[in-house]
Amino acid sequence: MHSLKLPFHIHRERLPRKRIVGPSFAEDEDLKKVLKSYQSNKIRTTKYSFLSFLPKNLFEQLHRIANIYFIFLAALNFVPVVEAFQPEVSLVPIVLVLSVTAIKDVFEDFRRFHSDRLVNRQLCDLYSSAQKDYVDCCWKDVRVGDFVRLSCNEIIPADMVLLYSSDPRGVCYIETANLDGETNLKQRQVVGFAPQSDSQFSPENFHSRIECENPNNDLNRFRGFIEHASGVRVGLHSSNVLLRSCTIRNTETVIGIVVYAGHETKAMMNNSGPRYKRSLLERRLNRDILWCVALLIVMCLIAAVGHGLWLKNLKDPIFQVDGEMSPALAAFYVFWTMIIVLQVLIPISLYVSIEIVKLGQIYFIHNDLDMYNEEQDSRIQCRALNITEDLGQIQYVFSDKTGTLTENKMVFRRCSIFGVEYPHEENARRLAVYEEDPNRGASRTVTLKSACSRKSLTCRSLSCNRSSVSLHTLTAESGEEDQLSSHPQAKTDVVPDPALEKKLNSLCSSLLHLSDGLFKTTSNLELTYITDFFLALTICNTVVVSSPGQPRHVVSGPARTPLKSLEEIKVMFQRLSFSPFTTMSTPQMKSSPRSFTSRLFIRGKSGSLTFPTPTNNSPSCPNPEPESYEETNGSSGEDSEDELLYEAESPDEAALVHAARAYHCTLRARSPENLLVELPGIGSLPVRLLHVLPFDSNRKRMSVVVRHPLTGELVVYTKGADSVIMDLAERPKGRKAPSAELYSHIREQTQKHLDAYAREGLRTLCIAKKVLEEEEYDVWMKRQLLAESSIENREELLLESAQRLETNLTLLGSTGIVDRLQEEVPETIEALQRAGIKVWVLTGDKQETAINIANACKLLRSSDQLLTANCDNKDACAALLNELIVEVQCGQEGVSEQREDPSSGSTGFILAIDGRTLDWALQEDLRSSFLELSRKCKAVLCCRSTPLQKSKVVQLVRDHLRVMTLAVGDGANDVSMIQVADVGIGISGQEGMQAVMSSDFAIPRFHHLRKLLLVHGHWCYHRLANMILYFFYKNVMYVNLLFWYQFFCGFSGSVMINSWVLILFNLLFTSVPPLIYGVLDQDTAADALEEHPELYQAVYVPSIFWITILDAFYQSCICFFIPYFALAGSDVDGLSFGSPINTSALFIILLHQVIESHTLTWIHALVLFLSAASYFAFVLLFSTFCIVCSHPTNLLGVEPRQLSTPLFYVICAVTTVTALIPRIFFRSLFNTVHPSALLTKDQRQEAASESYRRRMQRWNQNHARTGLPVCADNPGLVPGQEEVLS
Amino acid sequence: MNMRFYRTTMKEEGNSANRPSNTAFTQQRLPAWQPMLSAGVVIPGFLLIGLAFIGIGVGLLITSRSIQVLELDYTGTETSSPCYQCTMSNQSNCVCKLSFSIGTLFKGPVFFYYGLTNYFQNQRKYGVSKDFNQLIGDVSYFKSPSSDCQPYQRVNGKPIVPCGAIANSMFNDTFKLYQIINGKEELVPFDGKGIAWWTDYNIKYRNPDYTPLKNAFNDTEKPVFWTKPAYELDTSDASNNGFINQDFLVWMRRAALPNFRKLYRRITEGNYKDGLPAGNYSLEISYNYPVISFEGTKKVTFSNVSWMGGQNEFLGIAYLVIGSMCVVMSVVMLIVYAKFRFPEED
Repeated sequence: MHSLKLPFHIHRERLPRKRIVGPSFAEDEDLKKVLKSYQSNKIRTTKYSFLSFLPKNLFEQLHRIANIYFIFLAALNFVPVVEAFQPEVSLVPIVLVLSVTAIKDVFEDFRRFHSDRLVNRQLCDLYSSAQKDYVDCCWKDVRVGDFVRLSCNEIIPADMVLLYSSDPRGVCYIETANLDGETNLKQRQVVGFAPQSDSQFSPENFHSRIECENPNNDLNRFRGFIEHASGVRVGLHSSNVLLRSCTIRNTETVIGIVVYAGHETKAMMNNSGPRYKRSLLERRLNRDILWCVALLIVMCLIAAVGHGLWLKNLKDPIFQVDGEMSPALAAFYVFWTMIIVLQVLIPISLYVSIEIVKLGQIYFIHNDLDMYNEEQDSRIQCRALNITEDLGQIQYVFSDKTGTLTENKMVFRRCSIFGVEYPHEENARRLAVYEEDPNRGASRTVTLKSACSRKSLTCRSLSCNRSSVSLHTLTAESGEEDQLSSHPQAKTDVVPDPALEKKLNSLCSSLLHLSDGLFKTTSNLELTYITDFFLALTICNTVVVSSPGQPRHVVSGPARTPLKSLEEIKVMFQRLSFSPFTTMSTPQMKSSPRSFTSRLFIRGKSGSLTFPTPTNNSPSCPNPEPESYEETNGSSGEDSEDELLYEAESPDEAALVHAARAYHCTLRARSPENLLVELPGIGSLPVRLLHVLPFDSNRKRMSVVVRHPLTGELVVYTKGADSVIMDLAERPKGRKAPSAELYSHIREQTQKHLDAYAREGLRTLCIAKKVLEEEEYDVWMKRQLLAESSIENREELLLESAQRLETNLTLLGSTGIVDRLQEEVPETIEALQRAGIKVWVLTGDKQETAINIANACKLLRSSDQLLTANCDNKDACAALLNELIVEVQCGQEGVSEQREDPSSGSTGFILAIDGRTLDWALQEDLRSSFLELSRKCKAVLCCRSTPLQKSKVVQLVRDHLRVMTLAVGDGANDVSMIQVADVGIGISGQEGMQAVMSSDFAIPRFHHLRKLLLVHGHWCYHRLANMILYFFYKNVMYVNLLFWYQFFCGFSGSVMINSWVLILFNLLFTSVPPLIYGVLDQDTAADALEEHPELYQAVYVPSIFWITILDAFYQSCICFFIPYFALAGSDVDGLSFGSPINTSALFIILLHQVIESHTLTWIHALVLFLSAASYFAFVLLFSTFCIVCSHPTNLLGVEPRQLSTPLFYVICAVTTVTALIPRIFFRSLFNTVHPSALLTKDQRQEAASESYRRRMQRWNQNHARTGLPVCADNPGLVPGQEEVLS
Repeated sequence: MNMRFYRTTMKEEGNSANRPSNTAFTQQRLPAWQPMLSAGVVIPGFLLIGLAFIGIGVGLLITSRSIQVLELDYTGTETSSPCYQCTMSNQSNCVCKLSFSIGTLFKGPVFFYYGLTNYFQNQRKYGVSKDFNQLIGDVSYFKSPSSDCQPYQRVNGKPIVPCGAIANSMFNDTFKLYQIINGKEELVPFDGKGIAWWTDYNIKYRNPDYTPLKNAFNDTEKPVFWTKPAYELDTSDASNNGFINQDFLVWMRRAALPNFRKLYRRITEGNYKDGLPAGNYSLEISYNYPVISFEGTKKVTFSNVSWMGGQNEFLGIAYLVIGSMCVVMSVVMLIVYAKFRFPEED
């Protein structure tokens, strides 16, 4: 629906305590103390300082259970009765892990420190009371209560209340791109404080006190008031505040007083840093680790019992060391010794390894060229670092529609006024041609270039011009220029509908040539409707106008002279306002228009905006001929007009302003209190803007209160969602019959048109107006002012006030706006569905619009059956749900019976449910049937849903179906959904950064989701899952070697491998290959994954863990017993016995990795080689130079001797081969019996896609013949209504 | 296995600051070898490995068969055993004689081992129980042996050198081999040099630099089970005395498994250079070492060695079994392959 921002309260506000701010140089001691207590502007995002690093980091690391376990083990080894190794050996693992983590933390912290320092050292102009002037000062020295002077293009150092602006109207423009990514200018207003706004502002004269709420993170809210020395209180709100890290634009100088500094600024409070989520795999990993712990305990128990029995059966042997100890006690000690010996079973380095691997995976995702958007120059942002593998297990995707599936670039398409539809055929044709273009052109993406997003703001001198393009000039990029030149106008511009233009022109022509025939066909009433409609389009918005040619942002350009006949028009309007069904209003204005204008300006507080006195008396009424627009357009008189730039908060606003402009109703300038509007045949008129009730998603509408430039009446223009406006629009009751009839006729017609628009996939808006009585306005005005100045529950009061005003509206007409689908959306959705992911669309739009979009993006196919659920009450809803379930079951059985044609398998059910029904369905007792129904459906469309409903739906599915959910959205209304989902994706598009800031990953376009999930998600998941399995395998395999040895050494806990080798084997010799594997392995090539989304669904059976463990057991048996039998009875000593075992284990473990790897690059080869080499280097050096170390497993002389024995190699060869052969055999057997899933799917898929294409062609032809309206969005893909609802 | 190379697609570079660099590495398109385990790869691989293993196995078996081994148990648990009487009482210097005959020439060089069973030299506490620093000849540790040596650290308040359980339990049976030629006993000369590891003899174990060696051992006790102190292990040869006594070194290198043998002497000299000729022999054993208490046995072994060490049938058989399994597997794969007609990706 509307895409304006709405404040999303992440935290429910706390008790409002207040903060008091005054000038920092005030003499008031109390105030000084209070100001001192506030945070300074120095920011410190680092976690540690130089001194606190060691204790703090250690403390943090000790919070991990795994680390505590290993510290416990290290400590255990210091107990003499149970010690297994030398104490220092067992310290190695924990120290290594802790230090790797610490190094990582230091590195991260240093980067933060560095960026903090850069920020803190930025300069700004700070008022110094000592020097009575502004002095340069670092950001970090700014304190609350200081006065800061900023120039154009400077970045705001802290949150300040705007006190002065060089702009004569007391406004200042800021760009909030750093804060929320929105590049359009926002207007900020100097606090209305009476005495000295004209003279140069001096901080010395500032004696007011500001009281505002405590720091919070709501960017769109600021509540407080300023109390002047005189005791007058003026309310402050967010439009008076300059937020930290925004940029001043188009304003030479501003001065503000700091109210929040440093970490208390809204920007900093919103900066929560990367998110930490626990991935599903990690949770599973913890379970597996528990299994390992159980295994460890069992093994230790076996050893303990074995040792006890062994000791008991020994009768005073000569090799007994301490015979006095009872076997039970010895067994107890052995238990703990074994825990130390077998500690490697718990993969100590696994957690660190996973973190490193995920960083590597993030690096590759971040660097993927396919997920880079050239137009926006943005790539994927990975905000959550630790859920990469969750991307590979997504089962449900919840998508927003506007801005996510669609471009959120609105183009006016058609409208209906006074119940008359203006189809804008020419406009449609042009849009269609434009849509076709890319297919003929060289590159498909060129069409989608968003000039808006790549505009670069440059400032020439102080005058601060915005030199670049804006929304309405979607500039054609180089290659496209030729094609575009064939179009008469720029893309967003609208080709007027001839009929409408004729009527509109008759307004002026009727005045000029009252005898014109046109006048007879167009009733005056309709004419006022049309005029009001376009006036509403022009002024009912928050669009900022600027012009590159003018030094000020406001265009005060050559105003068209009001016609001589202005008086006549006024009279006409006044006469028309006596229309039977509008409230009678006495003409307020008796004076001439010129005096009216001047009166307006006198009333205006700022009074600084003066439009040049009209001098040019030539009427510029466009030629009444319909074709004339092209000539007019080409004429030089229009040139200055073309340079107007509109900055709108939402794209549909801009689209409407541009549409109005095509009809020569031009918004020429805007100041906070006045608008300069050019009307056809009348010229520039100042419109007094009394109130703007901005858009919010609860009201779903916005309104302006203006004094009508022609009639002088107080008029409310409201623009909003059709459902809301239709309800608010007055119903013809108890009025005179003909007018009521006429009015209900208009309503009916408009509703009909709205439905048609929605079917066509257009975004619909209704325009309505209301004429206010002066008294009525005065009453409302008081309440409104009260609401505005209140600090507490201001939002509620404002809402209530707005609702009071927006009643009894007169429906003027409606508009239809095209929002094009983003590129490759149908392909992406199809791919996701083929990957077994269910795609739900949650939108605030109308059901018809949603269905149409679903159609356009292939979510809904012609073969699918659409189920709609719209109920008025709960019982009906319950009944309907059950009914639908039955229907779906019947349908599915029917389908499964006629399954012989494989291509018909795609038949599915699509549920379209509207917001109200959804509310019922989400309730406790209907939930299960809703879930059951939706589970059976291929896709679900939730229409007219609120942000809260969106998040509720996601939560319901996530919690009750126990599936992995992903939510993707671009606007603030998707934030809650994004946060609830397991993986939240933000589209960094047109609508600001709120979605991005709450997301885990931010992608530039929807179609990037395809590669992100199907390729990177798949890879990440497989890599990590396999790496973790490999870790377990490796540890179990290696540790079991030691365990088997216990059977031959009386379970005494002795080892046949040097203790250093034992510890370092996992930490060094075999630790890097799995990391490389986890980062680089590609089980399937990227293009294959993209071509065959079905591969996404590789299911992991839990038994794979046990199969791996079993294989590890087998391998360790082979690895131990082959050397055992080969050497049994010989004169081999302990370490020489361990040497071939350990070497074989190394080879087995490394080669096992090779078998498991799907790709081997030179990096793999190098790392494998280095791992093996490091092992041999270590043992050789150790057994050459280490004479008295690592008692009792001193290696001196062992390894060189072994390596020179042929027997050693003979044993290693047979052991390695025997251990690996079963895995190779079963692997290849499996590969042979199940010939690569890919190949068969390939063939199947080819057939399916071929038949689909044929079907589509046939269908297209049919529809082309029947001549149904073809959506400009997606020609040929929009079936007629009957088809959809059948 | 198929080789698969990716080619990086070159797109023209724009002036985009955020654009990721287009390298084979960052785009994960490094040329990669994909070890696809398909039948086409595995069948010849298995066949090759199988045949190679069978070859090695045959070689190993032949080598192992060519080794002659003679084992004689002299524990004396059975009454018929000549050493039976030595087990009866705790008489010292009990000597028993074991007679045996050799049918054919026992090819030299013949290695003479003593063997123990059910003897856990690899027990953890036993293994720890020695003091490295003493054994490397550091006299300061003679006065205060490491606590690792408990309970063989001190006796009667005096430090034990060499301390610890390993040294204390040193094998102290001695053997003399006679060939009976025409009723007369002719001593077969034993070669006791170089039976220990070179590193042990030269690096790891050192005698303190005292002459006479005895002086270093002042105020120390010999291990409790020993009959003579360390400096009297071989008084005839200084290079075989003290801690670098070959028998001591061999004992100190702990066996990996509870049933083990240790090299005692080699027969390389005189008439017996080429081996033990056929005939009757008599082994004179001075029976000291107690094994019956823990149900151990003692034996002596004559063996000659090959490139692969002593006699070991297991390895040869293992190679043969694994080799033939590989061949069988490749046949199975072939059958499966023929049945499923897996299309080879080329």
